[in-house]
Amino acid sequence: MAPLIELETISKAFAGIHALSGVNFTLNPCEVHALVGENGAGKSTLMRVLGGEIQPDEGTITIAGERTSLSGPTDALRRGISIIHQEMALARDLSVAENIFLGALPARIGWRQLNSRARTLIDRLGFRISPRALVGDLSVAHQQVVEIAKALSRDVKVIVFDEPTAVLSTGDASRLLQIIRDLRASGVGIVYISHRLQEIYEIADRISVMKDGRNAGTVDPGSTKMDGLIRMMVGRPISQLFGEKQAATIGETILKVENLRLPNGVRNVSFEIRRGEIVGLGGLVGSGRTEVARAIFGADPISGGQMQLNGRPYMPRSPRRAVRRSVGLVPEDRKGQGVILDLPIRMNATMANMAPVTTGGFFRHRRERKIVKDLIDTLRIKLGSMNDPVSSLSGGNQQKVVLAKWFHADSDLIILDEPTRGVDVGAKTEIYSLIHRLAAEGKAVIVISSEHAELFGLCDRVLVMGEGELRGTLLPEDYQEEKLLTLSMMGSATGNAGPRPTEQSHGA
Amino acid sequence: MPGRARQNRAMGHDMTETSANMAEGTQKQRVQFAKLFRTFGTVVIFVLLVIMASSQSDAFLSERNITNVLRQMSGIGVMSVGMLFVILTAGIDLSVGSIAAVGSVASAILLKDYPLPVALPMVIGIGAVCGGVSGALVAFFRLPSFVITLAMMTAARGIALIMSNGQPIMVGNAGQALQNFGTSYTFGLPNPALVMIVIFLLALVVLNLTRFGRLVKAIGSNEEAVRLSGISVPFHILSVYVISGALAALAGILITARSGVGSPSVGVGNELSVIAAVVIGGASLMGGVGGVINTFLGVMILGIIGNIMNLAGVPGYHQQVYLGVIIVIAVLIQNASQILRRH
Repeated sequence: MAPLIELETISKAFAGIHALSGVNFTLNPCEVHALVGENGAGKSTLMRVLGGEIQPDEGTITIAGERTSLSGPTDALRRGISIIHQEMALARDLSVAENIFLGALPARIGWRQLNSRARTLIDRLGFRISPRALVGDLSVAHQQVVEIAKALSRDVKVIVFDEPTAVLSTGDASRLLQIIRDLRASGVGIVYISHRLQEIYEIADRISVMKDGRNAGTVDPGSTKMDGLIRMMVGRPISQLFGEKQAATIGETILKVENLRLPNGVRNVSFEIRRGEIVGLGGLVGSGRTEVARAIFGADPISGGQMQLNGRPYMPRSPRRAVRRSVGLVPEDRKGQGVILDLPIRMNATMANMAPVTTGGFFRHRRERKIVKDLIDTLRIKLGSMNDPVSSLSGGNQQKVVLAKWFHADSDLIILDEPTRGVDVGAKTEIYSLIHRLAAEGKAVIVISSEHAELFGLCDRVLVMGEGELRGTLLPEDYQEEKLLTLSMMGSATGNAGPRPTEQSHGA
Repeated sequence: MPGRARQNRAMGHDMTETSANMAEGTQKQRVQFAKLFRTFGTVVIFVLLVIMASSQSDAFLSERNITNVLRQMSGIGVMSVGMLFVILTAGIDLSVGSIAAVGSVASAILLKDYPLPVALPMVIGIGAVCGGVSGALVAFFRLPSFVITLAMMTAARGIALIMSNGQPIMVGNAGQALQNFGTSYTFGLPNPALVMIVIFLLALVVLNLTRFGRLVKAIGSNEEAVRLSGISVPFHILSVYVISGALAALAGILITARSGVGSPSVGVGNELSVIAAVVIGGASLMGGVGGVINTFLGVMILGIIGNIMNLAGVPGYHQQVYLGVIIVIAVLIQNASQILRRH
């Protein structure tokens, strides 16, 4: 069978810098071809070539045996190539059905027909989403389903998924993988970009590794193990990923939470965290993890319960008060909430604590530069100049700037919500060692993550949430994905009353 | 405006960011390129205009003409400083022209009963209160600044008409000192122009050297990130409207000082010139982008355009059309790098 897509010796330079040099890539029908590599390795650029968004400087594109060029995204779509971007391109104020058929809407819309066609497509994916619902009201997972349905509404031959599971919970991610298997069975060729290697091994037929704009090799998942793949990406085996646990001495209690209740349905959350501890907050997306983090940081209102911070009552009504009490948050949405992309790195780094760098409201620029330089060295942020905007940095380095804020604020309690989302393997390792360092310095750290391996690799214990409740605590000897999931999903709305968790060791 | 617009912009950032993730060097160059166009676009236009104007008319570069332009633009200039602060937070203040009218009328009235050093701070205080009302509604109730300041624009104009009974008020003998100040020169510059320059210098210091200035810019770029850094966003938003209101009242005082009359029809339509000046100066209505020196150049560009066309005898109606064209050209140049990239 002829390949669906053949990209040969593709090169592309931006302002003299090679983003791609001589990359070969083929995709067959009924195949999932995974594309891995660190951020900046060239995966997205290659896919933008395939999507017609950019024209290569050199190389040939062959689609279904015919040598061709793609004049633009519309041309690519017409040839059956659909790209599902990480940040979804949906109109939030339009309905599901309108979004699915956007671009092919008839001049006169027959609502009944449009909605029923949309329903058929969504049913085919095994989801129940009303075609009339507004996309802005849907969960991220459901928005992704709408994106896929949109691709299927056209005569699609190739679908590119760019980190589709980065924003999904484990349950939704496995449903997505099932959808991808079904698509593959129906003859579609799939390019799958992800940082999550486990998924890739679950689903990929072939894996191509990108490094520095080149194809570092295409391998068969059966013959190359995960650590081999990581070595191809970064030249470092997986066992070193989480780093040495530094011996942190556990000190006095920093935060004590009792029966925390939030207006959005989160309840029964009680735990303690002490100096030097790294505590995980696990569970599915939507189980209330982020909500608890934001409430402790004063970003969202609290409706009941008590908290104590450093032995004194603590009930923050705004992030300002939380920061004053020495609490810091690295939010989930880095670009939307963590950094100010247009402002220089220097200004972002000192944002959470300006007192040391100002006198009477005026900046002491030399002092600020010195402090920021120290932060950059400590956190090993790779940058050109501290006066460049944060947007000039890679994802991992942007995240380090957010961390730098709280290093600089010298917070006692730091909450990290998905600290390594969209961050490449190299920067991940460095972020892990920074988290260990915080604990070693006697800070308390709460880590929220959807990657269970990350929680298990980092944390001294993992609090498991499910449906807005704290359902239990896992200690290192219980670190197994099944245990975490069972705990999180226990008593869920599936109807079968499973056994209650025996473990209720709040705040061990 | 805040919620959705900001969110979309955040998404926009995401797009450009991922798309350029690959070649970090390229991204950086692009950012600097775009910044160059934005900052120096205004300078280029300004220089071109001056060259053009001086070749058109010998009178243009004469001292008398230059001081004239400066004096004419002093009101607009003072207001544009306040507008710059508001626009930096991604807001807009449509009420400046009307608050200037309140300032103009109030100064003529209050001068009859109070000495100058008491009356003028009171007038500026009234402007600050007007701005504060809009600011509080925008900052604490999250209402769209466009609508709130549109309401203030109508209300303040009404207040000016009520206070003056619809009639211009002569400052008379009581205001002689003010009028003397407004019509005389210091260091060879008309006093109103000097006040404008002082205000611009103050703004330059506040925006670039103080915590307040940095946070105003930061809030316009990403309000949520600022809030989650433990900073009170409403306080800063309220403050910029207070500043804008106070400066608008000051502009009203300057106009009264120059003419010796407090008039309720001062500043009609000025809000649009002021916004135009800030935008020609390269500020983005999406917030976070804009500078004091460029805003000053924006004000001067507006002044020079009017001035050249007057010198060249272009009829008033035509002038408005040219002005529209020039605003578009300015914005095109400032965004040239983005536009070129897309095509």
